[in-house]
Amino acid sequence: MSGDSATVQLTAKDYASDQEIRWCPGCGDYAILAQVKKALVGLGAERHNTVFVSGIGCSSRFPYYMNTYGFHSIHGRALGVATGVKIANPDLHVWVVTGDGDALSIGGNHLLHTIRRNVDITVLLFNNRIYGLTKGQYSPTSPLGKKTKSTPQGSVDFPLHPLSVAIGAEATFVARTIDVNVKHLEYVLERAAAHRGTSFVEIYQNCNIFNDRAFEYATSKDQKHDTTLQLEHNRPLVFGKDRDKGIRLNGMTPEVVALGDGITEDDLLFHDERSAEPSLAYLLSRMHHPDFPEPIGVFRCVERSSYENLLWDQVKTAASTDAPDLGTLLQKGDSWVVD
Amino acid sequence: MVTAAKPQDAKKGTMPVVELEAITVRFCGDSGDGMQLAGTQMTNTSAIFGNDVSTLPDYPAEIRAPAGSLAGVSGFQLRFGSVKLRTPGDQVDALVAMNPAALKTNIADLVPGGVLVVNEDAFSDANLAKAHCDTNPLDDGSLDGYQLFRIPVDKLNTEACKDTGLTGRAAARCRNFYALGLIYWLYGRPMEPTLRWVETKFGSKPAVASANAKALRGGYYFGETTEMFPSRFLVKPAKIAPGTYRTISGNEATALGLLAAANSAGKTLFYGSYPITPASDILHELAKHKNFSVCTFQAEDEIAAVTSVVGAAFAGALAVTGTSGPGVALKAEAIGLAVMTELPIVIVNVQRGGPSTGLPTKTEQADLNQALYGRNGESPVCVISASTPADCFDMAIEAFRIACEFMTPVILLTDGYLANGAEPWRIPNPASLPQIKIRHPKPGDSYQPYQRDDKLARPWAIPGTPGFEHRIGGLEKSDGSGDVCYDPDNHDNMVRTRRAKIDGIASTIPDLQVRGDKSGELLVLGWGSTYGMIATAVEACQAKGMKVSSAHLKYIDPLPKNTGDVLKRFDRVLMPEMNLGQLVVLIRARFLIDVVSLTKMQGKPFMVCEIESKIEELISNGKTS
Ligand code: SF4
Repeated sequence: MSGDSATVQLTAKDYASDQEIRWCPGCGDYAILAQVKKALVGLGAERHNTVFVSGIGCSSRFPYYMNTYGFHSIHGRALGVATGVKIANPDLHVWVVTGDGDALSIGGNHLLHTIRRNVDITVLLFNNRIYGLTKGQYSPTSPLGKKTKSTPQGSVDFPLHPLSVAIGAEATFVARTIDVNVKHLEYVLERAAAHRGTSFVEIYQNCNIFNDRAFEYATSKDQKHDTTLQLEHNRPLVFGKDRDKGIRLNGMTPEVVALGDGITEDDLLFHDERSAEPSLAYLLSRMHHPDFPEPIGVFRCVERSSYENLLWDQVKTAASTDAPDLGTLLQKGDSWVVD
Repeated sequence: MVTAAKPQDAKKGTMPVVELEAITVRFCGDSGDGMQLAGTQMTNTSAIFGNDVSTLPDYPAEIRAPAGSLAGVSGFQLRFGSVKLRTPGDQVDALVAMNPAALKTNIADLVPGGVLVVNEDAFSDANLAKAHCDTNPLDDGSLDGYQLFRIPVDKLNTEACKDTGLTGRAAARCRNFYALGLIYWLYGRPMEPTLRWVETKFGSKPAVASANAKALRGGYYFGETTEMFPSRFLVKPAKIAPGTYRTISGNEATALGLLAAANSAGKTLFYGSYPITPASDILHELAKHKNFSVCTFQAEDEIAAVTSVVGAAFAGALAVTGTSGPGVALKAEAIGLAVMTELPIVIVNVQRGGPSTGLPTKTEQADLNQALYGRNGESPVCVISASTPADCFDMAIEAFRIACEFMTPVILLTDGYLANGAEPWRIPNPASLPQIKIRHPKPGDSYQPYQRDDKLARPWAIPGTPGFEHRIGGLEKSDGSGDVCYDPDNHDNMVRTRRAKIDGIASTIPDLQVRGDKSGELLVLGWGSTYGMIATAVEACQAKGMKVSSAHLKYIDPLPKNTGDVLKRFDRVLMPEMNLGQLVVLIRARFLIDVVSLTKMQGKPFMVCEIESKIEELISNGKTS
């Protein structure tokens, strides 16, 4: 093991471990790995204070490829492990890498509870809408009708929308980005890592072996401007190659409108990632292709004390008001002396 | 049991006093009647008085079953004596029954001729019907074999509380203390410790404090002034080793032991747990002591509880999860992860009746196989057990000692009987407690994640330390480097190494001790909470001249090194267990000895007489064959 001094400015290469990467050639995970390393450079992250925790699945091999501390745990349980790491040492920067099966199916319960507690962890959910490691069964984010090895007649299992779930649990940071959108990916990763509390990032990730082109609508040059909408804080929801379309609220229902003909940007819905009330973010998370452009960017970013801070405040307050003395503690209650 | 039945003059009047070696009393009533509190108060009072004590709380799984119903009966049994006590007693000498349901469900345990105090006000037609009594047992002659005392506890208690401002139901809530006062008088217990407790507990509510104190005194003086009882009883203080004592329950002792271990190691204690009967009191106790750098984490489920513990151990805390059998079932995969990642975690299983939800509030030892074998693959962990409530303290420290020295999960088995039972505990001097030594690699140390020391333990390098960045996980590891490795020979080697590491713990644990002769006709071998019953039964048989000894296993995987030698010096071995013979199978397989199994699955501990009669049967059989 090599040592390094914490003060040296690191490059992306410094965050790479010596392990051979075993994802399929062409897998979207490669791009995400590269951008995470870049984001770490941008953040000035110290390797020894950085921990990557994962569950089981293709994406969960991620920690092996990072020259930081890492824990490849068991299926669905990365958030449990990460919560323990963060509480035991709140100074660590803890990242969780998980997938749609890992986080939303077997590990769904932990996702809800980690988010509501607001443990300061950055969660990257690689959503490829398929089970890759087990060779191609539908996942909780696969669309209805999806034909896979386990659903030869098409899936009859209604899908879950990761961001709606996270916002429902009142996540303090929620974002979506796309593996091939490297600039946007890096930006979102840096924002997520800088946020104090649970940051939940859905990354559209292409599994070129079992679910190739699942996100082509959102990535292809000729379609992406109409099928996605880049969120900007305090800006109106505008999209389209010529930025000539927008989202307007009709009562509580969003609708796509063409700009011009008396409709101006002022008529559109303005994005407010800092809104204390999560309803607007939830509404955005309900906009799905093909009826709507799918928003990418930061849906929600609000401040709330993290779980481990509140817990350690109690520990520190207790220690300062009641100095720990084991002898006194053991004698607590009625005691008596036998001579 | 009666050592000197010499009547003495009581302080007042000429009431005869009978001196006894030990007495067993049981309070029983509705789960809302405060029977656990009455029993706990009498336990503490007796301990402070200088007696040895042993207790057996027995409460229903329902928080409040319908009032007066058979399902809602809650009981608390305590034995106090002038001699060393190891059990709460097979049968009770005095029974306090607050209603017909309590009488009906408990009367079978009262010795013939025993003292029976009933709250006759509760024997209404409605309550008799709820208890499914066709006739009133107070009148139908069915209690003729006991010394029955019909006391109108409700009326007398209301009268005692009348000037306190409390009326109706609030006043009625003091009736447990009225009954307790009466029993205090009967058994010569001082009222001061309970009066002090009332003052501390209800200081901010003067009316409640005054009513409870008046109820206690009322009961006491009722005993003194009426001439209802033909005699009082005296149990002198026991001869106990000098020191400062308190009473302690198993769950309290476990919590304090875990805390003491972390304190000794200079570490944060991380307790990740999900509420479950009968383990939750460990969580409650530790949550009170955050000032000792204790982080309690009430997780969303059993799996999050144990995985958070694995994470906390990875990050350098002393990490422990507590649960009962159903929780251990859910934790199995994560315990396997800790086996593979060789992290020091402790899992406390406060066993209860199973399978499935089973008998949540009752005791059993049937999770031993689960502890030893309940994971996929060859997945050895260290398994140890506590023998008495106070022993939970020592074994909790020992669990962390082993976990940290060998970088392994350790399962500590206690059970519902130990968890809720209490005994006097000589408070140790913190300086005399075992030291938990922690080694983390220091800058400059040569380091590989899976390099091994002389105990086969891998180094515990923790995040936050520059230079030791490494990755671990559930996939098989290459010996040394810890890289993911599917090589057949490496796997074979790693499986054997993990097993050898656990076996090596044997060289750091005490030998199995024999109580009595080192050889003979019969050895009674036990583990866990059967200790008190076995020791008491064997001593009784030894006193009758039988060549029987006892030994108790606190370490089950690995077993003490001399276990085989001890067993082979006896003609036969008897093993009482509150399961269908789980440890018997292991002992037979390991040592090729035809052990005799004695089993009981009633959700309650063995009675001493059950073990005694089995010993007698085996020894007389041995003689005739
Ligand atoms: S199976 Fe799919 S997700 Fe998994 S590594 Fe291959 S391409 Fe990537």
